[in-house]
Amino acid sequence: MIANVAALLVLAGALVACLGSFGLLRLRTFYERVHPPTMGTTLGTALVLAGSMLHFSALGSRPVIHEILIGAMMVVTTPVTYMLLVRAALRRDGGDGAG
Amino acid sequence: MNPGFFSLTLEAAQVVLGVAMLLALVRLLRGPRAQDRVLALDTLYVNAMLLVLAIGMHEGTALYFGAAVVIGMLGFVSTAALAKFLLRGEVIE
Repeated sequence: MIANVAALLVLAGALVACLGSFGLLRLRTFYERVHPPTMGTTLGTALVLAGSMLHFSALGSRPVIHEILIGAMMVVTTPVTYMLLVRAALRRDGGDGAG
Repeated sequence: MNPGFFSLTLEAAQVVLGVAMLLALVRLLRGPRAQDRVLALDTLYVNAMLLVLAIGMHEGTALYFGAAVVIGMLGFVSTAALAKFLLRGEVIE
């Protein structure tokens, strides 16, 4: 039962990540396109990691929480890279992005 | 517990993540500008990391977790380096 719930969590996370990738392909300008992939990196990753934690905890009948490592890493690194990237895009578009 | 449902759901999740990687790949090939390609590469590696996690769950081993951590770390470093290159024209000043 727990394994099925974990699998459904992973499927939900995969669907959210796929929706983010679809938005990346679909939207018109770069500044619109920055938004959708963050769905995959936040909610998608969180759901998949929750499913993984649940499954391996049930499998080993002890709490397995090392997935938090990836979660913390994504939470810290994603805003940094996207801010750098948007700043670079602003600069390349001739805006004042260097400040 | 129904092992068929578990296995089937995880396989469906893997297919969905594969489609997500394909969509990101199309954006990577299309561009039109360098920042779009970097963003697509970032999305691609996040989806690949999630795919490796899903495969690890499907196989039932914790070995794939290390691979996912490495993909996440290298993806961050590569995206940050590429963004820095677009910003300054060189990675290390």
